[in-house]
Amino acid sequence: MGMTHVVDRRLNGKNKSAVNRERFLRRYRHHIKKAVSEAVHKRSITDIERGEKVSIPSRDTDEPIFHHGQGGKREVVHPGNKEFVAGDTIPKPEGGGGQGQGQGQASPDGEGMDEFAFQITQDEFLDFLFDDLELPNLARKKLKDTEAFKYVRSGFTSQGVPAKLDVVRSLRGAHARRLGLGGSRKRKIRRMEKELEALKSAPEDLDAAFSHEDQIKALEDEIAELKANVRKIPFIDEIDLRYRQHVKHPQPATSAVMFCLMDVSGSMTQMHKDIAKRFFILLYLFLKKSYKKIDVVFIRHHTSAKEVDEEEFFYSRETGGTIVSSALKLMHKIIESRYSPSEWNIYAAQASDGDNWNDDSPICGKLLADSILPLVQYYAYVEITPQDHQMLWYEYEKLQEQFPESFALQQIADPGEIYPVFRQLFERKAA
Amino acid sequence: MTDMMDRPAQDRPNEPRAAEPISTSSEWTFELIQQYDEEIAKCAAEFGLDTYPNQVEVISAEQMMDAYSSVGMPVGYNHWSFGKQFLSTSKGYQRGQMGLAYEIVINSNPCIAYLMEENTLPMQALVIAHASYGHNSFFKGNYLFRTWTDASAIIDYLVFARDYVAECEERYGLDAVEEILDSCHALQNYGVDRYKRPSPISATEEMQRRKEREEYQQRRINDLWRTIPKMNGDEDTERSKVRFPEEPQENLLYFIEKNAPLLETWQREIIRIVRKLAQYFYPQRQTQVMNEGWATFWHYTLLHRMYDKGLVNEGFMLEFLQSHSAVVYQPPFDSPWYSGINPYTLGFSIFTDLRRICENPTEEDREWFPDIAGSDWLETLHFAMKNFKDESFIQQFLSPKVMRDLKFFAIQNDDQEDVYRVTAIHDDPGYRDLREKLARQYNLSYREPNIQVWNVDVRGDRSLTLRHVPVDRVPLGGTTDEVLRHVHRLWGFDVHLESVDDGTVVQEAHCPPRNETPDDLIKP
Repeated sequence: MGMTHVVDRRLNGKNKSAVNRERFLRRYRHHIKKAVSEAVHKRSITDIERGEKVSIPSRDTDEPIFHHGQGGKREVVHPGNKEFVAGDTIPKPEGGGGQGQGQGQASPDGEGMDEFAFQITQDEFLDFLFDDLELPNLARKKLKDTEAFKYVRSGFTSQGVPAKLDVVRSLRGAHARRLGLGGSRKRKIRRMEKELEALKSAPEDLDAAFSHEDQIKALEDEIAELKANVRKIPFIDEIDLRYRQHVKHPQPATSAVMFCLMDVSGSMTQMHKDIAKRFFILLYLFLKKSYKKIDVVFIRHHTSAKEVDEEEFFYSRETGGTIVSSALKLMHKIIESRYSPSEWNIYAAQASDGDNWNDDSPICGKLLADSILPLVQYYAYVEITPQDHQMLWYEYEKLQEQFPESFALQQIADPGEIYPVFRQLFERKAA
Repeated sequence: MTDMMDRPAQDRPNEPRAAEPISTSSEWTFELIQQYDEEIAKCAAEFGLDTYPNQVEVISAEQMMDAYSSVGMPVGYNHWSFGKQFLSTSKGYQRGQMGLAYEIVINSNPCIAYLMEENTLPMQALVIAHASYGHNSFFKGNYLFRTWTDASAIIDYLVFARDYVAECEERYGLDAVEEILDSCHALQNYGVDRYKRPSPISATEEMQRRKEREEYQQRRINDLWRTIPKMNGDEDTERSKVRFPEEPQENLLYFIEKNAPLLETWQREIIRIVRKLAQYFYPQRQTQVMNEGWATFWHYTLLHRMYDKGLVNEGFMLEFLQSHSAVVYQPPFDSPWYSGINPYTLGFSIFTDLRRICENPTEEDREWFPDIAGSDWLETLHFAMKNFKDESFIQQFLSPKVMRDLKFFAIQNDDQEDVYRVTAIHDDPGYRDLREKLARQYNLSYREPNIQVWNVDVRGDRSLTLRHVPVDRVPLGGTTDEVLRHVHRLWGFDVHLESVDDGTVVQEAHCPPRNETPDDLIKP
C-alpha cells in the first residue's frame, strides 16, 4: 500500500461543467427565449438587469429509457412496518393506478406536469433577450489613427518618463540590489570584526615576533576598505527604476451615438410613459450590451426640448403641450456640435403618443427629410397608442417610402407588444 | 449518542491509549490530513484491507458540483444531459439540500477520492476512511469489479473518449454528435454484456486499433447486406425460418454498432464509447448496497479504532457519529422523506450484523448461518465482499435480526385485484420469503425490462425486431415509443418491438408508428 497522495485541486478550474451547462441552454434555447420574453413583459424597469428562473416541462428534458410501466403484478419490500401482518389487505385508492404506499412518487412515465426549473444568469438573460439583434446598418467606419488607439496598462518597464515612475517597485528593486551586492561583504565584515575582537582581547605575547599587532593592523585596514565599498553601494541606482508601462490597444472600429427622444407632454399618460420607458430601457440595455463605445443622448420634450441625463429622462415629470420639432431641432444642433457624421454612426429612436400640434407635423417631416435622415444610419419611431393615428404618423409614413433603409415606424398598443416591436425594429438585417 | 463508547467487542482492549489525540481543533490542514490518513491506513492494515494506492484531492464546493454532474467521472465528453445534471445539483446545493459530500470516489488506480474544502476535520477523516479505504478495497476486491473493469486504464480511456467526441463535434457539428449521443444514452442500460466477460478498456489499444477496426467493420457490414432485396415472394417461407441473429442478443448497443447498415464509422465509434462506459459502471449499479454498506462499515470501524487508540477525542467522535447517523437513517415507508430503501442503511446493517453473527452468535444465527456463526469475522466479511453482488449478497446474508430491526414487509400490487396484499413480514413464516423478495428487488434484470434483439429482416425491408419478455405481466412504460425513435435513428430502418408473454404478443410498438409514413417522424 503506497503513500497516499494529497493534492490541492482547488486552484484548478472550476466551471468544468460550463460547457455542459452551455449545451443544455443551447438545446432548450427556444424554451428559454420564450421564458425570457415573458419575463421582460412582467418585470419593472429597474430590475431588468438580473437573471431569471426558467421552467421547462420535465417531459421535454427527460431522457427516455426502457422501463416498467404500470400494471401487472409486482411486489415491493418496504421498511418501517408498524401494524401489518401477512395476509392483510389494503383497499386501493379510488381511480387507482397508484403503486403501493408511495404517495406523491413522481410518475416514471414523465406524464406528470412536473417542471424542470433552473436559474439563468443576468448575462445569459440579456443574451437571450438580445439574441439575433444587431443595430442595423452599422457601417464600420475607420477612425483616424490617433483616435483608434487607447493606452492600457501592461506591466512594468525599466525605461520611461518620470511621471510614470512606480516608487514602490523601484525602491523594492533597490532594496533587493543592496542586499544582493552588500550582503556577503557585510557578513565578511562581521566575521572579521569578531576575529579582531578575539585578537585584541588575547593576552599580549612578550615575544614581539609573535605579536598580534600586524594582524590587527591588516584586519583593520581590510575592514575599513570593505566598509568603504559597502558605503559606495548606491541607495538607489538607475537600474532599480521601474516605470508603469502602457501600450496602445486598437479601439473597435465602430463608434455610435444613440439619440433617445421622448415626448413627456400632458397628453402622454402614465401608461404611455411607462411603455416608452420600457422601450428605451430595452434599447439602452441592448446598446450597453452590444457596443462598448457608444454615446447615448437623451432628449425629452413637450413644447420645448431639453437634453437631460438618463435619470431625469426616465424619472422626472413635466406637463404641457407638444411640439415635436423642438426635439428634432435640438438633436440636429447636438449632431452638428458634437457628433460629426464622418466619425460617428448616428441612431435615433423616438417615442410619442402621436399627439402633436398639427401645424408642427409637416415641419417635423421636413426637418427629418432634409437635415436629419441624411445624417443618420437609422431612425426608429414608435407610436404608443391604441387609437387611430394622427397627423404625425401620416407625415412619417411618407418618410418611410422615401427612406426605406434608414427610417422605420411601428405602433405599440400595450406593454406586451414592446418586445416584439423592439425585435422587429432591430432585427438582424441580412448582410 | 450515549452508545458511542459502549459498542460491542473492542478490537484490542488491552492496548495502551496514545497520550495525545492527533489534533483537537476541527480546522483541517494538509499536514493534518496526511497525518490522519497515515493513522487510518495503519488501522486499515490491521484489518487486512487491501487497497489501490490512494490519491486524495481537496476541491471546492463548485468543483464538487462539477464532479457530481459528470457521474463522478473526472473527465468526460460534453453533453447537455450533464449540464442538466449540473443545473439541478447547483440548485440543490444553493437550497442547502446537497447531502453526502463524500460520495465521490473513482474506481481507478490510484483510487481518487474528493474532499470538499468546506468540511471540518472529522468529516475529512470520515471521507478518507469511507472512500479511500472502504470503497477502494471494495473496488480492488469485489469479483464484479475485478472481472469487468480495469482500474488502471479508466482515466486514459475517459480522456480518449472526451477527445474523440470533441473531434467529431468539430468535424460533423454539435447537432449530429448530440443526436447520436442522445440515442446511445437512451440505450445505455442495454449496452452491457451481462454474462460474458468483456475485453478490458484500454485507451492506447482503442487508438491503435481504431483504424483497423474501421476498415474491418465496414467490410463486415457490407458482407451482411450484400444481398440485394428480392421482390418475389417465393423465398418468404424459407427466410422466415432463419433468423439473424441466430440467438437473441442482449447487448443492443453492441449489436447496432456492429450491424446497423447506414451508420458512419465515427457514429459506430461513439456507440462503442457509450457502451464501454456503461460496461465500466455496470458493476457499480449491481453492488450499490454492498459497496456503500462496506464503506460505511469501515468508516465506522476504522474511526472507532482510532478512538480506541486515543488518536481522536470525544468531540471528534460526536461530530463523526452525528454525520454517520444521518447517513444510515432509514425513514419508514409512511414518512414524507421516504424514497425507498436507503442502501447505506441496508448494507451497513448487514455487514454489522454479519460481524455480530461471527462474534456473538445466538441460537437463531446458528440455525440460519451454521457455517458462519462463530467464524472469524474478518475472513467472513472479506469473503462476502469479494464474491457477491447485491442480489446474491442479500439472499445469502440478510439475517432475521436485520429484517426485524428494519421492520421489513412486502406489499403485492396486482392490477387484477382491487386491494394491495401484505405478503410477508418480519416474522418466522415470513423471513425466507421476504429475503427472497428483497434480493430480487436488486436484480438488475428484474428491475429493467428484458429486451433483446430478436430478428433482422436481412433480405426484406431490413427492419429490426426487438423482443420484450415481461415478468408477471408488467408492461413497458410510457417512454417506450420515444426510445424506439432513438433505436430507429441508429438502425436507419423500421424498428419493431413486441412483448411476448408465453408465446403470445401482448404489446407492440413500431417506429415509424403503424399507419404513418416516415415523413411524420419527429426527431426527438
